[in-house]
Amino acid sequence: MSVPDISPDRRRFLKDAARMAGGCMLAGGGLAWLARDARALPAQALRPPGALAEAAFLSACIRCGLCVRECPYDTLVLAELGSDGPATGTPYFIARDVPCEMCEDIPCVAACPTGALDPALDDIDDARMGTAVLVDQENCLNFQGLRCDVCYRVCPVIDEAITLDVSHNTRSGHHAMFIPTVHADHCTGCGMCEKSCVLPEAAIKVLPLRMARATPAEHYRKGWEEKDAKGGPVVEGIIDLPDRLPGPGTDNLATPGGFEPAFKLPGTGQ
Amino acid sequence: MSARTRMPVGLEARQKKGWIGANRYLLLRRTSQLFFLMLFLLGPWFGIWIVQGTLAGSLTLGVLPLTDPFIALQSLVAGHLPATSALVGALIVLGVYAVLGGRVYCSWVCPINPVTDAAHWLHVKLGLSKGWQPKRQTRLWVMATALLVSALAGTVAWELVNPVTMVHRGLVFGMGAAWGMVAAIFVFDLVVSRRGWCGHVCPVGAFYGLLGHKSVVRISAAQRSACDDCMDCYAVCPEQQVISPALKGKPGSSPLILSPDCTNCGRCIDVCAMDVFNFTHRFDDRVDDRPDPLTAPAGRIA
Repeated sequence: MSVPDISPDRRRFLKDAARMAGGCMLAGGGLAWLARDARALPAQALRPPGALAEAAFLSACIRCGLCVRECPYDTLVLAELGSDGPATGTPYFIARDVPCEMCEDIPCVAACPTGALDPALDDIDDARMGTAVLVDQENCLNFQGLRCDVCYRVCPVIDEAITLDVSHNTRSGHHAMFIPTVHADHCTGCGMCEKSCVLPEAAIKVLPLRMARATPAEHYRKGWEEKDAKGGPVVEGIIDLPDRLPGPGTDNLATPGGFEPAFKLPGTGQ
Repeated sequence: MSARTRMPVGLEARQKKGWIGANRYLLLRRTSQLFFLMLFLLGPWFGIWIVQGTLAGSLTLGVLPLTDPFIALQSLVAGHLPATSALVGALIVLGVYAVLGGRVYCSWVCPINPVTDAAHWLHVKLGLSKGWQPKRQTRLWVMATALLVSALAGTVAWELVNPVTMVHRGLVFGMGAAWGMVAAIFVFDLVVSRRGWCGHVCPVGAFYGLLGHKSVVRISAAQRSACDDCMDCYAVCPEQQVISPALKGKPGSSPLILSPDCTNCGRCIDVCAMDVFNFTHRFDDRVDDRPDPLTAPAGRIA
């Protein structure tokens, strides 16, 4: 039997390196699991205004807490170590606890030293921390024909982010319902509506955009847009039949024996 | 083992220099740790806003940004170029510790240091065995792992678990889970691994160690000829391996402790009754190698 001419140092080095690598793979695996777990930001945890998209935010935020310190309403809090939560040390807020008051000078963004809160955000109305969704029509008081209106009244972007849309109250038969309607194009996701909802559990909630918004169907070509773009019918030679609608300007009223509306429209002189 | 090594650590120094003299740097260090902590706490506790933020990133008097360079580096490898304010802050911190000694952060600023020191104190009191002692370079591996996970996961990975910033954040913004972290590290250092966290695991310390490779402020065993082999400096040093090359070096070798592991805590200066050590700079390699007939033990082999 021949003994290979290899220094025992080599074996020790390889053994130590393998042990270290193994240990680091275990530790690194645990760390990577935590990192992955922290990516699934809970739905009720909202990032401060101007926060980069979550993946970019997690690489940019150094967890210093300066944004939290600058927040005059103590809206922002820093996440603690734990699973199923925001990444340790990162700032977030829960709208139902303390909503964002949408300061005009956006002090949290100004305080951020790294750009994790995008300094390009100079108008708080452009913030998109999430978007309000009226998640429970069955319990919303306005949907029952009552005039709660609180979410609409407190909205900092009133009449743009939330409007009250009138519709017929079929229960009473002769009342109107004032339906709070969110327009996501204008909603900053501040959470004032969710905070103020009078129900024990809010009927209107701010959800992260990833959950609340669909992406538009890019492959759909809408006939009316195509027609406008072309300035005429998309298909040549198609006959434009009269629309059978009640009201002045349609042929129905002019045609004897045609459709006779059961009501008079105000201001039409009929 | 000589009779001297059996004596309680630091007893001779206390007898010779008095309690204050034998704990000078320890007291200074605790004062420094308290000072830096209070800088951050004056605002939230008393409304005196000198420093805002935490050790991860702060703003002093509204003008001076400071950023932990290890966190900035993780952010960088995760794919984000920090904005100017954070970058300047990181460069300032890099510069200061590159001169003062990287691991000065560990012994003079870090809020975990009193925790691990307390664990070590109790460890010695209870006479526990040193337990698991992973290799010194373990922390470098942990550091590399933290950077690798940062790069792969696109996040500042070590901040998910970093007890240093977690405890500091807990103190500044309100404690919660951070108490658990303090307890975990205390128990780890007490029963699992003596001097385990700071000496073997913590990648923040490893980073600052690398940073201080060429740092200027150094401890020198200039009076090493006066050493009477009581071993007290070894007993108190959190990174014992740094002492021998300077203290027991052959005549003509540098008396400076040049290892980047040295935290410049100054505890060796405190406990030495013979005043072997002193703070100096890395270009001062004067050494008093003349054997002193009064104190040098007869027949000692250099």
